[in-house]
Amino acid sequence: MSALHIKKGATRHSAYNLRPTFSDVQERHTIAVLVENEPGVLARVIGLFSGRGYNIESLTVAEVDHTGHLSRITIVTTGTPQVIEQIKAQLGRIVPVHEVHDLTVEGASVERELAIIKVVGAGDKRVEALRLADIFRASVVDSTLNSFIFELTGAPDKIDAFADLMRPLGLVEIARTGVAALLRGD
Amino acid sequence: MTREMTGAKMVVQALKDQGVDTVFGYPGGAVLPIYDEIFLQNDIRHILVRHEQGAVHAAEGYARSTGKPGVALVTSGPGATNAVTGLTDALLDSIPIVVLTGQVPTFMIGSDAFQEADTVGITRPCTKHNWLVKDTDSLSDTMHEAFHVATSGRPGPVLVDIPKDVQFATGDYSAPKPSTSHYQPIVKGDLEEITELVAAIETAKKPVFYTGGGVINSGTAASQLLRELVDATGFPITSTLMGLGAYPASGKNWLGMLGMHGLYEANLAMHDCDLMINIGARFDDRITGRIDAFSPNSKKAHIDIDPSSINKVIRVDIPIVGDVAHVLEDILKVWKARGRKTDEASVAKWQDQITEWRKVNCLAYTNSEKTIKPQYALERLEELTKKHDRYITTEVGQHQMWAAQYLNFEDPNRWMTSGGLGTMGYGFPASIGVQMAHPDALVINVAGEASWLMNMQEMGTAAQYRLPVKQFILNNERLGMVRQWQELLHGERYSHSWSEALPDFVKLAEAFGAKGILCSDPADLDDAIMEMINYDGPVIFDCLVEKHENCFPMIPSGKAHNEMLLGEAETQGVIDSKGSVLV
Repeated sequence: MSALHIKKGATRHSAYNLRPTFSDVQERHTIAVLVENEPGVLARVIGLFSGRGYNIESLTVAEVDHTGHLSRITIVTTGTPQVIEQIKAQLGRIVPVHEVHDLTVEGASVERELAIIKVVGAGDKRVEALRLADIFRASVVDSTLNSFIFELTGAPDKIDAFADLMRPLGLVEIARTGVAALLRGD
Repeated sequence: MTREMTGAKMVVQALKDQGVDTVFGYPGGAVLPIYDEIFLQNDIRHILVRHEQGAVHAAEGYARSTGKPGVALVTSGPGATNAVTGLTDALLDSIPIVVLTGQVPTFMIGSDAFQEADTVGITRPCTKHNWLVKDTDSLSDTMHEAFHVATSGRPGPVLVDIPKDVQFATGDYSAPKPSTSHYQPIVKGDLEEITELVAAIETAKKPVFYTGGGVINSGTAASQLLRELVDATGFPITSTLMGLGAYPASGKNWLGMLGMHGLYEANLAMHDCDLMINIGARFDDRITGRIDAFSPNSKKAHIDIDPSSINKVIRVDIPIVGDVAHVLEDILKVWKARGRKTDEASVAKWQDQITEWRKVNCLAYTNSEKTIKPQYALERLEELTKKHDRYITTEVGQHQMWAAQYLNFEDPNRWMTSGGLGTMGYGFPASIGVQMAHPDALVINVAGEASWLMNMQEMGTAAQYRLPVKQFILNNERLGMVRQWQELLHGERYSHSWSEALPDFVKLAEAFGAKGILCSDPADLDDAIMEMINYDGPVIFDCLVEKHENCFPMIPSGKAHNEMLLGEAETQGVIDSKGSVLV
């Protein structure tokens, strides 16, 4: 089971040592953690980040294997390469953690986030919002005479861009799920 | 095979099935059903401590001196919160203990019930893992898994929180079976890395073994293999505070302890070596000193069962994840198969250099005929007890460092000290745990009076169970290490680092029905120590020592290994402003 294969990662033939020297450059990594879905497991993961002073940019969690009771936690974090390696090793130590994958170094991955965005307005602004939503392939999931709720799925950058455009057009509220990510290929 | 029984009975049955013979604990409302079951059986001895912190430290002492997991049993709420220091101590020193806590009944959890605390929440960051058991049917499996997690991989403390209704209810008990959980840490090291290390051993000119508590945790086989490897290669070896005894202090390759108060020859060997072989140590800040000046010219190998230890502080060249005994066995196998080669001529030269460093005699001190020097007290203690079946525990501070410097350990599991957390108050309850595990051994807690007072209530425990633990208190009426730092760093402003109201320790001992010995004259010291050894019962030895003695050698905070202070020589201003923010 590869949670403990992160140990394998300690050999120089793995991703663990692909970067030969410690640098001070802050990197952004997406880490997928497969955990036993038992009470408190999310608190263990979050507590690790707060207790050791690591960053969380985004975190999503849901049970993905209902028979095996496994949840998948996707964490976007930033840190120097040394810190990123520590984060992975520390995650691997948590007893209910089965697997830890650094999607940023293990290969190309697909990242998606879902957002729902409420835009309030009338007249030209309302028409413009609808037109831009069409360009971004956001769908309207609720509408009143003076508001829309758009649903948009995409990489975090795309959602940022859409939200920026909507702001002058009457964006009043936004809810985002955080990143879910998978490695490409088989 | 399953049997129906109450949760409380399951707890006791699981302890028996796990081979537990001693439990340290303190009863309370939420564990009464378990205490009832303890009352009804004779296989497991329960030792009533006087404070839950004492129970956990005693379990640690038991674990460290036997290699088996220690067990503590405490009640909910304050019982659990009092256990937190011991749990954290065991986490930092990787000591396998299982702490059982009572909890309010499941239907009252979250209602701020009497003696309710979120025990699993509070102890999540200070245990290796913990469980809240919500139904009796899963209790026995959880108990067995708790022992599995505590003792496998990098050992550590675990906690099982058991609500009172779960203790009363009946369920199916299942006996222990090989763990089927996914938590199965790898113990064998990567052979390719091991071969790379062997190649480095063959060509090293200035090698050093740097060993730690991982060797002791790995079991006695690891110490045996370490001795074989060290003696076969002829490489010098040093150890952290936690690893003392893995290699015998009388061994010819022994350099003594390294680190902040380590020996000159050990620290210089670390600084100047060209191959550092870290076995079961973790590059703690007490060891490395200034990171960017740490052993600048060496190739570093690191053997550790915990992948997170590797490259955490110091970048290593040859990382080997695995259990020390397994890895050492493979190293020896590969090294022998390749012809047992070392660069003998260069290593001999290196040993000559080390001999030169030894001549500095860094543990020398100015003795006195009038007052007992703490170093002298420990030298005499060593001399008069070394032939005994002896176990040493310590509190935390100057006395701890002097004990590590002046006492010699020939075997593992003989030295119990709070290394990572530095818990004052650890040593006395730990000595009780050690004595319970080794009833006929001579168990001595080398203490300072300030640390000792932090858990002095355990005199009641020692007296009740007639445990002949010897409390060897080096009494300088100061918080000695705090005082030393205030002298070096804070302009000799001794802010709150002494006590003006110390008890009369002899009378204190007598009040508990124990023996008290006071000694203040170096001429009386030997007789007094012999009196302590020969007394069959608990002893408080109040050894009045020089009040202003500093502990040397010392690597000041923020300095490198080759910048150590050897003695009272000019110590002012040695720690610059950058170093003074470090602890």
